[in-house]
Amino acid sequence: MPQIFHPSMNTLSRVSIFGAGFVLAAAVAVAYAIARSPYVTESGVVREQPVPFSHRHHAGEIGIDCRYCHTNVETSSSAGMPPTKTCMNCHAELWKDSPLLAPVRESFESDTPIAWTRVHDLPDFAYFNHSIHLHKGIGCATCHGRVDDMPLMWREATLQMQWCLDCHRNPRPHLRPRDKLFDMDWTPEDTPEFDAAKQMIDYHVRSNTDCSTCHR
Amino acid sequence: MTNEPMAPREGNELVALARRLHGHRGRRYWRSLEELADSPQFHDYLQREFPGQAASLLGDVSRRRFLQLMAASLALAGLNGCRRQPAESIVPYVRQPEPLVPGEPRYYATAMPHDGAAMGLLVESHMARPTKVEGNPQHPASPATGASNSSGQGDSTAATGGGRVSEFGASNTFAQAAVLALYDPDRSQAIRRGRRISTWDAFLTDLQPRLQGRDGRGLRILTETVTSPTLAAQLQALTEKHPRAKWVPFDPVNHSHAREGARLAFGRPLQAIYDFRRADIVLSLDDDFLTSGSGALRHARQFTERRRVAAADVNRPEMNRLYAVETTPTPTGMKADHRLALDPTAVVQLAIAVAARLGMNVPEPSDSSAGALDGVPPSWLDALVDDLQNYRLSGGEGGALVVAGRWQPPIVHALAHAINEQLGSVGVTVRYTQAAEAQPVDQFAALAQLVEEMRDGDVEMLVMLGGNPVFNAPADLKFTEALEKVPCRVHLSSEYDETSNRCHWHLPRAHLFESWSDARAEDGTVSIIQPLIEPLYDGRGDHEAVASLLGEANKTSKEIVEAHWRNQHQGDEFNAWWRRTLHDGVMTESARPAENTELDFGAIREALDSWRSSHDGAGDDASMQIVFRPDPTIWDGRFANNGWLQELPKPLSKLTWDNAALLSPNTAERLGLENEQVVLVRHADAEVELPAWILPGQPDNVVTVHLGYGRTHAGRIATGAGSNVYPLRTSQSPWFAAGVEVRKTPKRRALACTQHHHLMEGRRLVVGGTLEQLRASPSHPEFMEVLHGEPEESFYPPHEYDGYKWGMAIDLSACVGCNGCVVACQAENNIPVVGKEEVARGREMHWIRVDQYFSGERDNPTAEFQPLPCMHCELAPCEPVCPVAATSHSSEGLNEMTYNRCVGTRYCANNCPYKVRRFNYLDYSSDIQQHPSLHLLQNPDVTVRSRGVMEKCTYCVQRISAARIAAEKQDRSIRDGEVVTACQAACPTRAIEFGDLNDPNSRVTRLKGEHNPLDYALLGELNTRPRTTYSAALRNPNPKL
Repeated sequence: MPQIFHPSMNTLSRVSIFGAGFVLAAAVAVAYAIARSPYVTESGVVREQPVPFSHRHHAGEIGIDCRYCHTNVETSSSAGMPPTKTCMNCHAELWKDSPLLAPVRESFESDTPIAWTRVHDLPDFAYFNHSIHLHKGIGCATCHGRVDDMPLMWREATLQMQWCLDCHRNPRPHLRPRDKLFDMDWTPEDTPEFDAAKQMIDYHVRSNTDCSTCHR
Repeated sequence: MTNEPMAPREGNELVALARRLHGHRGRRYWRSLEELADSPQFHDYLQREFPGQAASLLGDVSRRRFLQLMAASLALAGLNGCRRQPAESIVPYVRQPEPLVPGEPRYYATAMPHDGAAMGLLVESHMARPTKVEGNPQHPASPATGASNSSGQGDSTAATGGGRVSEFGASNTFAQAAVLALYDPDRSQAIRRGRRISTWDAFLTDLQPRLQGRDGRGLRILTETVTSPTLAAQLQALTEKHPRAKWVPFDPVNHSHAREGARLAFGRPLQAIYDFRRADIVLSLDDDFLTSGSGALRHARQFTERRRVAAADVNRPEMNRLYAVETTPTPTGMKADHRLALDPTAVVQLAIAVAARLGMNVPEPSDSSAGALDGVPPSWLDALVDDLQNYRLSGGEGGALVVAGRWQPPIVHALAHAINEQLGSVGVTVRYTQAAEAQPVDQFAALAQLVEEMRDGDVEMLVMLGGNPVFNAPADLKFTEALEKVPCRVHLSSEYDETSNRCHWHLPRAHLFESWSDARAEDGTVSIIQPLIEPLYDGRGDHEAVASLLGEANKTSKEIVEAHWRNQHQGDEFNAWWRRTLHDGVMTESARPAENTELDFGAIREALDSWRSSHDGAGDDASMQIVFRPDPTIWDGRFANNGWLQELPKPLSKLTWDNAALLSPNTAERLGLENEQVVLVRHADAEVELPAWILPGQPDNVVTVHLGYGRTHAGRIATGAGSNVYPLRTSQSPWFAAGVEVRKTPKRRALACTQHHHLMEGRRLVVGGTLEQLRASPSHPEFMEVLHGEPEESFYPPHEYDGYKWGMAIDLSACVGCNGCVVACQAENNIPVVGKEEVARGREMHWIRVDQYFSGERDNPTAEFQPLPCMHCELAPCEPVCPVAATSHSSEGLNEMTYNRCVGTRYCANNCPYKVRRFNYLDYSSDIQQHPSLHLLQNPDVTVRSRGVMEKCTYCVQRISAARIAAEKQDRSIRDGEVVTACQAACPTRAIEFGDLNDPNSRVTRLKGEHNPLDYALLGELNTRPRTTYSAALRNPNPKL
């Protein structure tokens, strides 16, 4: 009986078997890469806003404290978004004819709020509380990055569960003294006497990975 | 037990277990008549995993097609998950109100008038939208439930303001569900003239010529029962300005008989205020004082505090004792130590007999008088009278108390007053005050007179503030017919209902949470009703409507209420006093003083004689008697469009979405009836078709029907549910009637009853005994014996808790089965309503259910109520079977459910021996997406679940989290009583206790283990080690009976 397959089929079948494995692995790798890419996570993607508000200018160059606008950050789950009135505290006097600020003035006069585009958007089944993170010694820049260097706002972190868990499993490297929470460029070297291990104890910081910590 | 073949060893174990369980010496309990009868059909029902639904799987779908469908749905579901999150906006304020903190709820004190008196409320508001109702602990009608004080009255600063509040007052199902009514998409949203949409200005223009220069001739105002001092003053002013105008109050469920009874006894329509704290022995003459009516929450608290043995000194236990006679089973009767089911006439006879035996000058019913003391064993009466006279607890300050139900004729109320006086109870267990309502008249007579005037053409303009008389006026008055003769009919109401439909003007009424008003509690305490939200649909309050009749249409409710109290107020500065009154939710020193009473026994005697002459010989009529009751969940029909209340299983019958003709097993047998068979009930020239429902404890030859169903113009939920029984009801006999015909028809109407759902096959689930048994052996009462076994070993490593260890204790002696916890849980946890068909399939979503277990004779049982949330087992059977770890054990002992992980295998529910897991078979929350107003209702701290997700009680983990964060921000641990679960907050009797089991001094720890000999774990023999445990139900029966 003659052979049905030519001997070269041996090579071909080997290549295709290994190739299939390779293609599958590549598909998984690509899917993983996509899931972690800015296309999905939107980290590093600058969002357009109704008013081109610059954190670099306000927080960085002028040095306004975060809490001037985000008033609830120490007391509530939500950091709080400034009402138009907060903008007008200064801009009733400064740049009061600037065309860029027209939407702000219009909002104030017509009593219609400004609809900002949300940059840090957690899924609705994840619950986050700003105040407790601050209280335990997690600074703004830890999650939000160098906001004082962002002309328009983008999301620094992925906000994916993996990223949350990294810190929830091992919070110690992310801690800072309570008086440096709003300090954008603080590094551990700035406060040599700072002892994260001691703060873990003092502030009752612990690894917390119960599902209900975030999902309720 | 099952009779399936099983491995021999295992089988032997089960047999032994069964023998052990059957050998116990406690009471025997049963859940339904079918279970008691132990029929083969019932066994068959139990054996089926999905009762009533397995058949649909055997349809004509082939295996191949089934797999295709499954594959397609899997693929589609998978793709569905790949959606990108849509972009969202943040919309801050333009000018943010100063005290408002986004993300933190605020609580405002207000009040809810219901059943002729106010309940105090604290309403939780998230960014100015009310989401959850709690009781106000400072209000006399809603005793404090949450925090550490046990006096029953709060002294905290709980009320308006930021921050978490953990001290709440009790609240009932109606108060809890008020928030759903606010966002009801079916509410009336526009002023209508006839059928056309109109404006408020057009109404005022139309009104003017009808009022001018007529002295109010032909003007009639029909209100509900008014307890608002401001509204009463306004109506007073109106009748002064228009002297010929008249104001008539009418509610179909009212206190008229009680007021007339007091008028008979004292010459004044006073109201009796009971104090169960000092009542050692209570006789209830057909009064459901624990769960129905305006004083129920306070009554339940006071009554059960006197039955709480576990928390007190176990070695010298004392309990009050309740005798109850009832014309239809109620939770009060079921909790009684001795209960009798009597027909309505026999209740009067019993009251007379008790009075006679106590030496009062009433002729004891002679044996010749027909129906004399039918159904009351002589020994029962002897024991009762002996107890009334002699039973005193060792405290020595107490007394006896006789209470009469509002359905009873005035003569029974008068007799109850006379007996209380005879027993020296006045001033001890009962005091008399002015009635809470502004106009304590006989409302049935008042309405009858109004209808007569309408029919005679004397009424030219009828303004109805609320109410729905076209639907619920007594049938003999023929209200609707008379209404057609009134040339101008105005109806202010929250929905465009049966009455609105027949009016010239319909004005949408502002919801309770949208309006300013005030209301008196039962004891006279005034609360200011303050709004939580701007009116959603341009609704107006009663005050504005009356102001427009007074020619003050430009005044707002706020101005009217504030001006009224500015005039009334004396003493310190008004603004500060006003703010404090608003904040506290109660006006200081506004409770009414006790009145001195003088009993006019001669009048009672006379009334008794006339009652007797009219009832002689009436008893031997062989026909049926009918009992009318407000529905336990939708009351007189006003809550009919409320899905939470419709789906709430009614106490005892456990029916949802429907009313039925309740019959005793004997009567049903005589008439050849089964459950769900439609009967024709004929009375007062009217006939109504209702499905029959056989209820143990119903007196023979008495049919009970519940009012409020059969609405025709009420919105999508109410319309079409149940049958309207108002046509059977007359103004002469609004609560009872004889000469009723009940006829069997061949039709059937399916009812959705939850009594068999999640049934647990004859295991010993509810444990109960008597006080005597406890006294005999305080540390190990015999009825607890088999339950204290050694803990078995576990396959899994033990969990360790170095922080908190949450646990719950539920006291079966205290639970009165009011259902408050069920609705509170539904409101707190965004639990959807599934509808009648889904309930019939056993798919109701309530995270906590109240199981009931009857015990005693079939025809006269008592019952225990067992609230059943998730047990949060230490060795939870659900946890190891989840393939995706969506249900897991937390470091604080919670059995957590993570919705976003759940893929819907339902293995966990299958493995749960307590049947507390609920699955979203369909997209039950889709209604929320369709109706924007329902968005506002959702609790923002709890995820809204979608289809294909398992859910269950979380121990209100969002409240634990909030308390933990609040405590940690102050660098301390959570204090006992700081976490109050929703069910615990609502419970009037503090039957539910929650706290940290690692804290040896927490209240929950002290109710468990060696601290409490009555403590037992449900299905403890399965070694699940539930952290919700129960205290056995204790009763105090008279040893002589």
